[in-house]
Amino acid sequence: MSKRKILIVDDEPNIVMSLEYAFKKKAFEVFVARDGTEALDIAEKQLPNVILLDIMMPQMDGYETLKRIRENNDLKDTKVIFLSAKNKVTDMEKGLQLGADSYMTKPFSIKKVIADVEQLIT
Amino acid sequence: MSNYALISIIVVYLIFLFGVAFFAEKNQKSKWVNNPYVYVLSLAVYCTAWTYYGSVGIASQSGISFLTIYLGPVIALPLWIVLMRKIIRISKQQKISSIADFISLRYGNNRLLGALVTITCLLGVIPYIALQLKAVSETFEIITDKDGYISTGVFDDSTFYISLLIAVFVAFFGTRSSDASERKKGIVASVALESVIKLVFFLVVGIYVTFYLFDGTSDIYRQASQTTNFKSLSAFGGVEDGFNWLFTIALSFFAIFLLPRQFHVAVVENERENHLKKAIWLFPLYLLLFNVFVIFIAWAGNIRLPASVNNDYYSLLLPLQEGNLLLSSMVFIGGFSAVISMIVVSTLALSTMVSNNVVIPYGFIKKMVEGNPEANAKRIKNMRRIAIFILIISAYFFYIEFSTQLSLYSIGLISFVVISQLAPSFFFGLFWRRGTAKAAKIGICIGLSVVIYTLISPVIANAINPYNTLVSEGLFGMGWLRPAQLFGLDYLTPESNAFLWSLSFNLLGFVIISISSKGNYRERNYAEMFVNHENYENLQEGAFIWKGEAYVADIKELLSRFLGDKRTNRALDIFNRKYGISEKEEKADARLINFSEKLLTGTLGSASAKLLLSSVSKEKPISLVEVLSILEDTKETKASNRLLLEKSEELATMAEQLRFANEELRSQDKQKDEFLDTVAHELKTPITSIKAASEVLDDDDMPSELRNQFLENIGRDTDRLATLIHNILDLEKLSGNRAELMISEQNITKTIAKAIAGVAQIAQKRGVTVEFDASKKVKVLYDEDRIIQVLTNLLSNALKFTERKDGIIHIELEEQDKHVEIAVTDNGKGIPKTEQKYIFDKFYQSKYQNTKKPQGSGFGLAICKKIIESHSGAIWADKNYKEGARLVFTLPK
Repeated sequence: MSKRKILIVDDEPNIVMSLEYAFKKKAFEVFVARDGTEALDIAEKQLPNVILLDIMMPQMDGYETLKRIRENNDLKDTKVIFLSAKNKVTDMEKGLQLGADSYMTKPFSIKKVIADVEQLIT
Repeated sequence: MSNYALISIIVVYLIFLFGVAFFAEKNQKSKWVNNPYVYVLSLAVYCTAWTYYGSVGIASQSGISFLTIYLGPVIALPLWIVLMRKIIRISKQQKISSIADFISLRYGNNRLLGALVTITCLLGVIPYIALQLKAVSETFEIITDKDGYISTGVFDDSTFYISLLIAVFVAFFGTRSSDASERKKGIVASVALESVIKLVFFLVVGIYVTFYLFDGTSDIYRQASQTTNFKSLSAFGGVEDGFNWLFTIALSFFAIFLLPRQFHVAVVENERENHLKKAIWLFPLYLLLFNVFVIFIAWAGNIRLPASVNNDYYSLLLPLQEGNLLLSSMVFIGGFSAVISMIVVSTLALSTMVSNNVVIPYGFIKKMVEGNPEANAKRIKNMRRIAIFILIISAYFFYIEFSTQLSLYSIGLISFVVISQLAPSFFFGLFWRRGTAKAAKIGICIGLSVVIYTLISPVIANAINPYNTLVSEGLFGMGWLRPAQLFGLDYLTPESNAFLWSLSFNLLGFVIISISSKGNYRERNYAEMFVNHENYENLQEGAFIWKGEAYVADIKELLSRFLGDKRTNRALDIFNRKYGISEKEEKADARLINFSEKLLTGTLGSASAKLLLSSVSKEKPISLVEVLSILEDTKETKASNRLLLEKSEELATMAEQLRFANEELRSQDKQKDEFLDTVAHELKTPITSIKAASEVLDDDDMPSELRNQFLENIGRDTDRLATLIHNILDLEKLSGNRAELMISEQNITKTIAKAIAGVAQIAQKRGVTVEFDASKKVKVLYDEDRIIQVLTNLLSNALKFTERKDGIIHIELEEQDKHVEIAVTDNGKGIPKTEQKYIFDKFYQSKYQNTKKPQGSGFGLAICKKIIESHSGAIWADKNYKEGARLVFTLPK
């Protein structure tokens, strides 16, 4: 079984750093993108199993990025988890409607994120 | 010409006038009827037979002194703009229908005063009407050329029938409405037409005499100068004559205001105030035209006609002498026009005064309260009709009895002297608050007594006993009581003498009594209203002059009796709607009382109206303090009324603004949501980072290098959190003006230098030059720490967007009149147009920053703005600067 791939999309380097360390530890192949455009690039090339997607990012936000991901046939089955400080029900619903598989509000617990990811890809 | 032919002409002419009056009544709105020229021409009712014939008579005997009667009005007219406007405004507001009403209302609706004014007018005007009849009768005889024919009795005298015809005319057109303050277009139109006719025909005969009978004015002058005593006719007669002139001018000055017919045409029939503007120059012009040929006709008559003829009628006799019957008839018709218009307007005005100021308040008021509206209206109209007939018939008998002894001119002057007794109470009443009803009454009585003694008693005495000694030796043989030379003053004409003494005593009585006694509250309040009319124009129904208790139902019942149910309901409906009063309101307030009083004043006169309303209400005295406080309120209401109009216009704009503001608010509300979201996001980000790091740190396998990195991250995120919280609190403090500024006088150059020093290291690291000319020394008042904060912020922004190695940041300091202006300019990428609007918003972070993640909290410029604003300065981005960004702020000196 090939290595599971995860793409972390967030403009906050410190948050990314922790997530990267934690997932590497769980034997994921980790890719990092700082914004939506970069994320799409990497996703198309690497076809990750999971994408952790921040919503509030400069230029292309998380919603837009997800839309584009879902438009790509290759990425149809990629699981997408929103990680966002937005914690209103409407925000979550919007995210889920756009086709996110899960929604975690910041500040999150890394253990919980890992558990969520594990659950989605098994 | 035969008797019957002339009577036919008269009848045809009267029918023609009936037609004109009818037309005007039917076409009330027509511009033929409603224009300033009709108003001016109706004022020319001033020119009666006295003018038409009498002026020539005077000119032929005593030269140009006939002019005095026209100089008074000419002097008075420029004053009309102020005086007449005031009188017209008061009269319209109070529905005043005669001079008696005007004076009695001024002195607190005084019933007796109204009656006294009416009596004065009757005394003055009946002889005046008689004079007109005399002129008709005499000219009639001249034209019909029946020297031998002398009327043997009343029913044999054509003048009697002519008088009756005129009475029918007035009764028909003058009493169409029971409300006397309503305008009578028919009568006014006919009077205006007659004014044209009399002027044109008089000019025609003047031209005929001057240019046809003679060879122009200089020819007449040459021939006249050869006649005996010509000098005295063309020159002034020294000091005595000067006084006579002065008094006659004063007399006619008063007459143009006070004669009932003048008051009627000028005030009651005034359609628009601005007609006055035409009147003040057109009416004098009319008078001038009328007098142009007088002196030439007089001279011509003196030259051509035998001394035995009545020189009043030169204008008629001159063409007749030439056998020009057509022209003579025209002159006759012109004179007849002058007569009719005078009689018509005078009897109309007098009949209203008699009914409203004497008969109704003294005899009929009880009956009327019991009667129904139709009967009341009928009764009032009949009363006036009867008054018209009685007036004309009395004038006729006066003419039969007395006029043979007096010339046209002297009857006219006596009339004027009598009427001028109203002058003190009338003119002082307009400008002097102290005048009281008692004083007015006593003044008029004194004045009238003097006139009767000096002018009328000799005539009566002569009529009784032609050999009496009253005139030559004085009463009881006392020389100083000689009527025409009262107190030994022997160089005045009898009329000037009477005028001087009667008016002096009248005025003296009026002033002394006014000063020594105080009028009741009603008089004082009306005085205030007449004197300070402008203040009360917007007073709701003149409401302040009444206080007391009354029931709407009672008032309504009262009004219905006189106006009928329909008109009453309509009037009250309008009243309620105007003032927003509920129909169910039971108690009447001052406004309703005054409103009703005015409604009734038009029909019954002010004294009766007051009497009637006091019968259904319990009036309480109102104090001056209350008046003043109401006045204050009114002034405010007036001001607010004016404001209201402006406001309603403003309201439309405001509604627009409100909608805009609403949108603004909604967007602000949205912004607030966004702000909170952003705050949450900004706070949660470092917390998330800290939490995540602390979670992964729980791993013993982690290499120490990485561990240190995580720990460092935690530290930096904590700082970031702290700064963020500090900024949020700082901004909110500044927004709520809770931040205390430590203002002191500082040298702004030094402060700028300090701020530059703070960023110098970073600038150097990035290779950006910061330029500033630190040589100026400018003292300004500000909080130095705060301004350093602003400068540092602007500098850091400039640095952030000026990454190029040749980056230059330039700081300019400019001293202006009231403030200093500091500009921070960089040669970076500039601020995109679309963002310029938002850069001072909270959490604004440029989407175009170079760094992947925007640095800073997004609070910087928002805080700067707050700081500068709390210094009463301004901060903005220079939109016109293209080579980079240029941010400018000012600090007041």
